[in-house]
This record gives sequence, structure tokens and C-alpha cells, in this order.
Amino acid sequence: MIPGPFDYVMASSVAEAVALLQQHGDEAKILAGGQSLIPILRFRLASPSVLIDINRIPDLDYVQEADGILHIGTLAREAALDSSSLISTRYSILHDTARNVADPVVRNWATVGGNLAHADPANDHPATMLALGASIVATGPDGQRVIPIEEFFADSAFETTLHPDELLTEIRVPAPVERSGGAYFKLERKVGDYAIAGVAAYITLDSGGVVTRAGIGLTNVGAYPIKARAAEQALIGSPLDDGAIHHAAELAAAAAEPTSDTRGPAEYKRAMVRTLCVRALRKALSRATGGE
Amino acid sequence: MSKHHIRVTINGTVYEDDVEARTLLVHWIRDGLHLTGTHIGCDTSSCGACTILVDGKATKSCTMFAVQADGREIMTVEGLEQGGKLHPMQEGFHEMHALQCGYCTPGMMMTGIALLQRNPHPSEQEIREGISGNLCRCTGYVNIVRAIQYAAEKMSAEAQVPVSSSEGGA
Repeated sequence: MIPGPFDYVMASSVAEAVALLQQHGDEAKILAGGQSLIPILRFRLASPSVLIDINRIPDLDYVQEADGILHIGTLAREAALDSSSLISTRYSILHDTARNVADPVVRNWATVGGNLAHADPANDHPATMLALGASIVATGPDGQRVIPIEEFFADSAFETTLHPDELLTEIRVPAPVERSGGAYFKLERKVGDYAIAGVAAYITLDSGGVVTRAGIGLTNVGAYPIKARAAEQALIGSPLDDGAIHHAAELAAAAAEPTSDTRGPAEYKRAMVRTLCVRALRKALSRATGGE
Repeated sequence: MSKHHIRVTINGTVYEDDVEARTLLVHWIRDGLHLTGTHIGCDTSSCGACTILVDGKATKSCTMFAVQADGREIMTVEGLEQGGKLHPMQEGFHEMHALQCGYCTPGMMMTGIALLQRNPHPSEQEIREGISGNLCRCTGYVNIVRAIQYAAEKMSAEAQVPVSSSEGGA
């Protein structure tokens, strides 16, 4: 399996990458970690005429907190999130997610930016970023714009609202406030496989234990990453007791749009969304209240 | 279709070549350089048979283009043995009978070495997680884990020897 022919250009700066995107438009694909793109090229599911390699652009792999925001450079590798003490101590849901992406060797190159820009509903970060209320920084010829994550994914797989001449350069996640926590649960057949189903949940409680903010994202149960809005809304204003958790999980399962395939029948996947949502909310509650 | 001049250090030797952009790193290593110790299994980044070290990082060489390796340092399984002496990881696989058909072995060893560089004393669970992207279809993981444990002990023992002898000489 050899990819079709293409031209390869290495960008040495974001400006150069953007200029190359302007020049080549739809014919170009960005090569970041390549862990999704290269298999796709090998299967000849895509045949771009130009690959723009951004791996050598300096200073795009940061993972740092500043001014109440976690800034993740688009070239931050999954392995960097996995080994970051900032991520494991303050962003457990991101740590869960990075550790669930593919396998440890793939994670050495796979990037967070690529996981999102590829917009595969089976990828793991989209659900987590939807739960976290993240935003995407896109850099184009006229500078940067910030896209809320819920406006980033189009309503069909592998499509985003990035313009053809824009590069995803940063992911921004609100820093955790007091009494907040989240978790990502993924059911997979084996390490490295896509999710049968996955659920990301993130909650914030007030001092009385009442939910003030809730985010729930679903992996691989629809044509695009799903934000379970009704489930989120149902949680707000009540304590996160078992009844509330189960009610939200029912609404999350109802929001799923799974199809039957080799990973299981649609109804099984829907049931797994319900189960994983219960587990993710319980874990989120535990973390928000100082537990593991 | 572009061709690119690359210069890559593999096992301490510098190789220069002109490669097509679409040439995968594993194909260049095997077919271009005849370093056939690196195997091709699934061809889709699932099995890990083609794992090599790129700038010290375990890397599935079927999922990187040769042109991306320009200027980088690579280690393949051929780089393990030094002066006729097996690397502790190779010795571990031999001593612990950690292979049956041997197809996954080069990738397993390279992943094992990268794991020990990052974590010289891994638990069994950490080893199992570390090699979870490398598949053995003879399903002999028990002995593979033992081999990596053997290498970990041997490498940490060897690492201590020069320290104490240099202290003695100082």
C-alpha cells in the first residue's frame, strides 16, 4: 500500500504554512503527526496533491496554563499530555483522553491538533473538548480567529468550519474552577481500536453541591462528535445524585445516533453510552469533590 | 511529484539518498538500505512490527515518510548488538524465550528499549501498557514481559558499574 504521488513542502513557520494553504487551497493537506493522514493516504482514501509538513515549525508543541486558560499548541503530542504533571493533576479528563488515543507508540507522534482537525467522530478529543467548552484558534491570512468548539465540527464526518487557508494553531481550555471535575470513558474492543462508544463529562458544582455547569460529549455514535445538550441542561440546578446521573445518562443515550457495524448493533452502542455516561459523571463528581 | 534529498543517521551511520515524497520510512530502510530487521506487519500502524527509534522515540516506521526523517537519528534492531555482544534486551528475549515465530520481536525490542529509557524500573502493568501497541500473534506476552524485566535489571546493573568505578578512580 503505497500512497499516490504528491508534492511535499516543509513549512518553517505558521505564516509559511498559511501562505502554502493559500497557494494550494483544497489540494493541500496539513501533515502533523500523520497517524491518521498517512494510513488514509496509503488506503488512497484521499489523494491530496500537496502535503504541507508542519512538524518542524518551532514552538508549536506547548502545553501551558496562563491567565486562566490552558493553551495547547497544535503540535503537542498525545504522549506529552500523558506525561505532563500539569495535565494529570489539573486536567484529569484530558489525561484520560490522551491515554485512550490509539496506543503508546502512535501517541509519540499523534497530535492533539490533528485529532481535532481531522474531525473523525471516532476520535477521542472532540468529545472531551465539547465537554470542556474548549475553543480552537485558527490562523489564516488575516490573522487569528477563535472558534468555540461547538461551532468547529461540521455536521458531516471529517469536516470542520476551518477555511481552506486556515491552520489550527492552538486549543484553549478554560482552567478548572473550584469544585469542578471531569472524566472520559471509552469502551474499545482492543487497545488501538476506535471506540465502540465513548463519553466525556465535565461538571462544576456550587458550594452546596448543586451543578452550575455541565458538559457532555459523545465519541463514535454519530456522523459527527455529539454534544449531549439535553443531558447537560437536565443536570444544571440540581445536586448530582444518582437519580440525576441516571436521568442525564438516559438523555445522553437518546442524543446518540449510532449505526450498527462491526463494533456492535446500534442499540448496544446506545446502551453503552448510557452506562459510560453514568461512570463518567460519577468519576467527574468524585474528582470535583477532591477524590481520584 | 517531488523528490527530496535526505540525510539520516541510522545506527551511527549517515545515509544520504534521494527519495520520493511518498516513500514510507520503513520501505526506504528495508528496500533502499537493506536493513531488513525492521519488519512490516499490518502496514496500517496497528501492529508495531515496524517500530524503530526516531530521535529516541518509539515510532511506527510504516506511518512516517522517509522525507520526514531528514536530519534525524534513527536506531533499528540492527543497531542493538555491539561488537558481537547482544544488547541486554536481545539477551532478555533469548534467555526468557520471548519469541516463537519472531515476527514481532524487532518491534517489541525497540518499544521495550524506549520504555526503559523513559522508565528504567517499570512495573509489570507499565510494561504491558507500554507494549500495548505491539502485537504478538503467537500470544506469548508473558515471556515478552519477562524479557523486558530481564533487560531492565541488567541495564540498571550495568548503569551502576561505571559510576562506582569512576568514583573509585577519583
